[in-house]
Amino acid sequence: MISSATTFLGFRRENGRVGVRNHVIILPVDDLSNAACEAVANNIKGTMAIPHPYGRLQFGADLDLHFRTLIGTGSNPNVAAVIVIGIEPGWTGKIVEGIRKTGKPCEGFAIERNGDLKTIMNASHRAKEFLQAASEKQREVCNISELWVSTKCGESDTTSGCGANPTVGDAFDKLYPLGTTLVFGETTELTGGEHLVAARCRDDEVRKKFQFVFDRYQKVIDDHKTSDLSESQPTKGNIEGGLTTIEEKALGNIQKIGKKCIVDGVLDKAEAPTHAGLWFMDSSSAAAEMVTLCAAAGYVVHFFPTGQGNVIGNPILPVIKICANPRTVKEMPEHIDVDTSGLLRREINMSQAGDKLLDTMLKTANGRLTSAEALGHREFVLTRLYESA
Amino acid sequence: MIHFVVHDEGDSAGVVVVEGVKSGDKLIGWVMDQDKTLEFAARQDIPIGHKLAIKPLGAGDTVIKYGVDIGKTIAPIGVGEHLHVHNVKTKRW
Repeated sequence: MISSATTFLGFRRENGRVGVRNHVIILPVDDLSNAACEAVANNIKGTMAIPHPYGRLQFGADLDLHFRTLIGTGSNPNVAAVIVIGIEPGWTGKIVEGIRKTGKPCEGFAIERNGDLKTIMNASHRAKEFLQAASEKQREVCNISELWVSTKCGESDTTSGCGANPTVGDAFDKLYPLGTTLVFGETTELTGGEHLVAARCRDDEVRKKFQFVFDRYQKVIDDHKTSDLSESQPTKGNIEGGLTTIEEKALGNIQKIGKKCIVDGVLDKAEAPTHAGLWFMDSSSAAAEMVTLCAAAGYVVHFFPTGQGNVIGNPILPVIKICANPRTVKEMPEHIDVDTSGLLRREINMSQAGDKLLDTMLKTANGRLTSAEALGHREFVLTRLYESA
Repeated sequence: MIHFVVHDEGDSAGVVVVEGVKSGDKLIGWVMDQDKTLEFAARQDIPIGHKLAIKPLGAGDTVIKYGVDIGKTIAPIGVGEHLHVHNVKTKRW
């Protein structure tokens, strides 16, 4: 059982935040810089490149989100130091400046006027220094209240709603009173249960903000849909797993926020929360997009319940998989960190399932690798808001 | 042995949680919110994770799960029959 006296061994960063991993990342500003980043990570063993396909000709809110996501990723306390590489120095410098606000080591390199090879050489020298300095960093005792935990489910089925998701809900109900910082999201995936989330909001101001982002996202669906979205939302995998409508999927999804915790605030995509409590992030329901946004907002451990067996991971955020589907835990055991299929056989109760997840959470925070980390899942997917200029 | 689970006793359907349910099988269900058990016979083969109706539904009826509206039927569904995308649709999109 966890209590306000529960501790874990984390990495305390320059700005006081606590991480559970000690990554040195090589972060591209844009698609063109992926090759150089991967070369640096290949030269300096133990660093990690995080390639992605965007960063050119974006503008307005979409560009702001791009910067916020990359700066947030570098700023995450699971990251010890960052090398940023971009095609030109302007946007590269902007990201470096954003990450440096945390006080952590961060340096930028631009490819134009240097070429890939000189850039790779210069960046590799600095990456080596950063890596060796990071490797000296020791874990220290941190209180449970310093842990930031995010959740998002994927390839859900009906067992998610009666097993894996309420397991997360039970864990959230136990973490919330301890002063932890929690988040859930998936705006369209609340459709049919949005009134239940609205009822859980702390006050009318939070409720109004929640309803505003929910309605905005519904309009996106209404403006673009060519069908009732069956096979997209719910997905083919959801339907194969027995989920019939978006409403049914949403009601299962909402089990993740438990029965007691209050929705204390609403975040924009990749926006960092300003205090402890449970936050709702207006976000995509696609797994890798949402987990990437959680990492960029500063969360350090992720609870990912699945029914049919979504295999997602993230480069910097350890993703803990919870599954209650007896067929999935039998067929895909290498992906599942917490098997709660006993719930559906009445062998364990929900509180025991929640405790099992919290036990795995503490082991993960202390350094145990998740299945997704061991299997090399590093899905890093940037959310785009609209077409490039 | 539990073959299916039901969230709330007012729900229209339960979720099959074992593999290989065949038409005619006698099934024991667990109602989670009220912690009671129910017995039904499957009237069709139902894959794990899929739902069986535990209340008779007419065409156009509202389907209830978790005690909440999850969509509408587009065909009548008898007790013990497979309830899914072929006979239930969203009301939202």
